[in-house]
Amino acid sequence: MTQILAGIGASSGIVVSKAYRLEEPELNVEKRIIEATDEELLRLDEALKQSISELEIIKDHAQSELGEDKAAIFAAHLLILSDPEFINAMKDKVTNEKVNAEFALKEVANMFIDMFEAMDNTYMRERAADIRDVTKRVLSHLLGVTIVSPGMISEEVIIISEDLTPSDTAQLNKKYVKGFVTDIGGRTSHSAIMARSMEIPAVVGTKSATSTIKHGTSIIIDGIEGKVIIDPSEEVINEYEVKKVAFEAQKVEWAKLVNEQTVSADGCHVELAANIGTPEDIDAVLENGGEGVGLYRTEFLYMGKMELPSEEEQFEAYKKVLERMKGKPVVVRTLDIGGDKELSYLDLPEEMNPFLGFRAIRFCLENEEVFRPQLRALLRASVYGNLKIMFPMIATLEEFRQAKAILLDEKESLKVEGIPVSDDIEIGMMVEIPSTAVAAKQFAKEVDFFSIGTNDLIQYTMAADRMNEKVSYLYQPYHPAILTLVNHVIEAAHEQGKWVGMCGEMAGDPIAVPILLGLGLDEFSMSATSILPARTQIRKLSKEDLHSYKDEILAMGTADEVVAFIKEKVE
Amino acid sequence: MVEKEFTIIDKAGIHARPATVLVQAVANVASEVYMTYNEKTVNLKSIMGIMSLGITHGAKVKVTISGSDENETMENLSQAMKNQGLAE
Repeated sequence: MTQILAGIGASSGIVVSKAYRLEEPELNVEKRIIEATDEELLRLDEALKQSISELEIIKDHAQSELGEDKAAIFAAHLLILSDPEFINAMKDKVTNEKVNAEFALKEVANMFIDMFEAMDNTYMRERAADIRDVTKRVLSHLLGVTIVSPGMISEEVIIISEDLTPSDTAQLNKKYVKGFVTDIGGRTSHSAIMARSMEIPAVVGTKSATSTIKHGTSIIIDGIEGKVIIDPSEEVINEYEVKKVAFEAQKVEWAKLVNEQTVSADGCHVELAANIGTPEDIDAVLENGGEGVGLYRTEFLYMGKMELPSEEEQFEAYKKVLERMKGKPVVVRTLDIGGDKELSYLDLPEEMNPFLGFRAIRFCLENEEVFRPQLRALLRASVYGNLKIMFPMIATLEEFRQAKAILLDEKESLKVEGIPVSDDIEIGMMVEIPSTAVAAKQFAKEVDFFSIGTNDLIQYTMAADRMNEKVSYLYQPYHPAILTLVNHVIEAAHEQGKWVGMCGEMAGDPIAVPILLGLGLDEFSMSATSILPARTQIRKLSKEDLHSYKDEILAMGTADEVVAFIKEKVE
Repeated sequence: MVEKEFTIIDKAGIHARPATVLVQAVANVASEVYMTYNEKTVNLKSIMGIMSLGITHGAKVKVTISGSDENETMENLSQAMKNQGLAE
């Protein structure tokens, strides 16, 4: 019988395919006494061999899809499987204690896991997870249980899982994975962002996908409306095929605008740029006609790793992005770590209020040995394109000045070393802490540009954690308080002849776009897939008309009034 | 038997990536290879052994190699340490 699940459309598009449950199998180990120990040893060898060949595949895939870097962890996993101390300890157990291979594996693995977990260094403690991961794989072969790994999928499917971790998504192959549905997550969760950059439809936050959808069931994902149809009838499938064709046709219409400028109905140009996390994301930026990169989140270079990325590694990544953008502007945000984004190898202290704590520029100014190599890498890359650098989480003018001074200091050093550096690098800052929006006039005199980070600006202004369901209603992008701050920043910048961009989900939102256009925003940076819809929308809007509503909108009492007003005026 | 002491200059100490390279450098040699740190000795052919030492920046570690290809192995290992920026 057909069932419908509602969730959040994280990535638009429609797909009909088979459900593929990605879940942790139960791996129960019993102790058994074995007489034929030689056979047991053979069984163990066989399981190790199978695990090794599986890991080789995963490693190769990670290498070709994500680079050497992300594949390194699998090289370490492979070494665990041929570690003489590990293997011999298991074999000795089987031979001497006459126990089954599963039990020997579990005992030995636990011994190592305990040893790592007892170490006083966070990084080492986390290595226990690597041993667990590897052990699970061998154990599943011994028990004859199939362990599902997204990298092993080789037919067209839709993945159903509670959530997708970064390492799961790292293994997804677009050729086979046609979409996914998760129980948890929202539009800005990791899996949703991944889906948009892979351009596959996804519905997240369904709460009950894993308890409702069986492996192999036929399902439809409607990423436009955030719906999942389970076991649809022929009729419904046909209906969605029609909808899919219409959506594809719409996409073709959008595609016609790929090489067009973004100009409003009354002839005003604004820049539509994209947010990216890795150099690979540039494909999508170019395919969707991005006029620049408005936010390059450099954290991804630092995450999912075992140590800081080297200056050289960073240089290569920045150079690649700048070269591929061929002179179009690329705004790079320096390391924004801390808060919810942790790096195990830095051993950052746990905090009561991580979002109000030691993060981003605050961390970088204290840890110049981390900050300076990034700045050097950026400066060295600057000659390969149109680089702009911005600092995250600036609260005071002193912070901006200090960060800028370090940047200029590194520039001087490079010049002394005879390394070329561009002289046209604009230096700007994120406006995400309300203090900087309020004092925008003072900041505007010293920066080359502002980029408004709405996700944080909204949560700091409303004092509400957007991940907390109880208070997420306070996450109101259209609230007059937020719009007033945005307007203030734009006015202050324009008075000084500086430009203002916005990065964050709000910049590509169909309700926010007309408001922001009217307020005079210069650059809109969004997910690559939002660019063409936004360009289509802006071509129909008159900037002058929208500007004339400004005072009326800013004087409104509630976000709902603003939304109702815009809907009426725009449609 | 040959012995050599190394001072670890890598800021991060011996993490998984350099450990992987060291193990790979000695995994298939005939000699027995051990590393000693903080009075604890482990088999250097074992990634978990070397990781379990928890070697940090500035640590002095001793490598002991004995077997038919001990000299050659020590040379290769020293080179691997250098290439990885682990020790000078």
